[in-house]
Amino acid sequence: MSQTLFDKIWERHVVVPEKDDHPAVIYIDLHLIHEVTSPQAFTALKENNLTVRCPQKTLGTADHSIPTNPTRQFADQQAADQVSRLLENCREHGIRCLDLNDPAQGIVHVVGPELGYTQPGMTIVCGDSHTSTHGAFGALAFGIGTSEVTGVLATQCLLQRKPKTLSITLEGTLAPLVTAKDVALHVIAKLGAGGGAGFVIEFRGEVVRGFSMESRMTLCNMSIEAGARAGMVAPDDVTFAYLRSKLGEDWQPQSWQRETSDPKARFDREVFLDVSELTPVITYGTSPDQSLPIHANIPSDAASRCLDYMGFESGGSLTGIKVDVVFVGSCTNGRIEDLRLAAKILEGKKVAAHTRMLIVPGSGAVKRAAEAEGLDRVFMEAGAEWREPGCSMCIAMNGDQLQPGQLAVSTSNRNFEGRQGPGGRTMLASPATAAACAVAGAVADPRFLEVTA
Amino acid sequence: MKPIRMFQGMAAALMRSDVDTDQIIPARFLKVTTKDGLGRHLFSDWRYHADGSPDPEFVLNKNPEATALVVGDNFGCGSSREHAPWALLDYGIRVLIGSGFADIFRSNALRNGLVAINLAIEERDRLAALCPDEISVNVFDQYVRFGDGKSTTFQLEPFARHCLLHGMNSLDFLISHSKAIDFYEEVHS
Ligand code: SF4
Repeated sequence: MSQTLFDKIWERHVVVPEKDDHPAVIYIDLHLIHEVTSPQAFTALKENNLTVRCPQKTLGTADHSIPTNPTRQFADQQAADQVSRLLENCREHGIRCLDLNDPAQGIVHVVGPELGYTQPGMTIVCGDSHTSTHGAFGALAFGIGTSEVTGVLATQCLLQRKPKTLSITLEGTLAPLVTAKDVALHVIAKLGAGGGAGFVIEFRGEVVRGFSMESRMTLCNMSIEAGARAGMVAPDDVTFAYLRSKLGEDWQPQSWQRETSDPKARFDREVFLDVSELTPVITYGTSPDQSLPIHANIPSDAASRCLDYMGFESGGSLTGIKVDVVFVGSCTNGRIEDLRLAAKILEGKKVAAHTRMLIVPGSGAVKRAAEAEGLDRVFMEAGAEWREPGCSMCIAMNGDQLQPGQLAVSTSNRNFEGRQGPGGRTMLASPATAAACAVAGAVADPRFLEVTA
Repeated sequence: MKPIRMFQGMAAALMRSDVDTDQIIPARFLKVTTKDGLGRHLFSDWRYHADGSPDPEFVLNKNPEATALVVGDNFGCGSSREHAPWALLDYGIRVLIGSGFADIFRSNALRNGLVAINLAIEERDRLAALCPDEISVNVFDQYVRFGDGKSTTFQLEPFARHCLLHGMNSLDFLISHSKAIDFYEEVHS
């Protein structure tokens, strides 16, 4: 029978099949952990007299609570303690952990792929909803809660009911300066913030095939913002070339790592989108599905609660709204391709005097690559801050945050109320749009930067 | 986890859609290494004004006795933080009645004994309109009843229901399959 890529990966990982009275037991090939969602899991392990079953299939990294300022001074003792706890737990159980001194340190969803841990055909979990990022490699990857982290540490397995499948086919040709981030925001607006619940999405079509691994990661990263269990892209030569660049030219995929959906495979739901007409997209509300083409006006039927919070008026235009902070970074858009794009826009220009711009590489490797290309100089000459790797202002628990009332254009993934600091307001956009907004000091379309700047 | 067969309490309604886990428990309170005391920060940015004084308009301040919440669509979207159900439970909320919860949140909630009940939208809205009201929930027979005496049935995922009724931890279930896991590893190594 014809199968989807998801079906094949699922089948290969069933340890105990699903029954009416219990979910399937699924084997996990790679378990990523970070400081925020793992300490209580290690405590539970200890309380139950259990050990870590497969330390070599587990990788730890410090990213959420760590400072990204050049001095690497923790925001407070609690944050420092949380990171030391991660290091202690990993040391005790023989788990590799990337701490602040490790050159490979970075955001969990950036370092997994960079180090070659993330591979096609795998099952990958992490106590973090953006684990969907790793689906870009043709892996089944999703976020789990801390109780499940305990279970995976102890048994390398997870209890799951089989999700449904959703195929999203993206056709057409993207216009210049329209990126995977714009596509992701567009897809989320179409599905709605809960529209993907219970589904694993497979992104297909010529647009996705033409995407680099970085762009595929951006797209899969945001599948959770439509509520989907996971997002994935079938592996192809782009995937294998990326992995060879990380693991050496001799690396070859196993036959099960070359699997894709059969041509006649049936999905539970199918969506087709032509993105040829897509323009840069930006959010105006407090849920990632509240977005618009950047040159549009805020709809007259927009939810009043979100407009009250954002301080926007229905019918008003988005471009021209004054921007206090611009944040380029996160597991959505903190990779080298994203920084190159931001640099291309910033080159020879200045960040507006009233605007603060932070550029935070997703990992140590991204930082070094950017510096080798001279991107750091472009950023600093433009007047932006060039920071150390981490989650930074995506989550505002590490010292990088908005002040109440401040408006940020961010390349991260969540515009929830207060996500970037209590009272802070967030508009999500691509690195190109974010950089254009920094130069203009206001919401600006990157395609018309000369006009708006 | 303690077994839960029956629940009685007061229900209040928080009918915003897409209430995300950053609202339930903001990230700045996640720098902890235990589960304790998170109830203090539940809905912090909605419950308190910036100066720390309680907002009298917020549902939990209006209904401090509430132990159940009727909630809007897609409740618990956003991050996978289990701190969200921990905070709700630590505050004293035992039951959530909604119409479509975010996947990870629902599984986190049930694992901790927070009974997340899915009803059809009309039924959920009918109950929301009765709030604040007395509520009783029967996990064994799977029905919920408000002060008006009308019962509405619901369906929990059978394994989650079994765990709630017996106070069972899914970790024990996984461990009971150790032999199958050994076998899987042998075949796939
Ligand atoms: S960058 Fe943001 S979304 Fe990504 S892992 Fe860090 S906090 Fe989560």
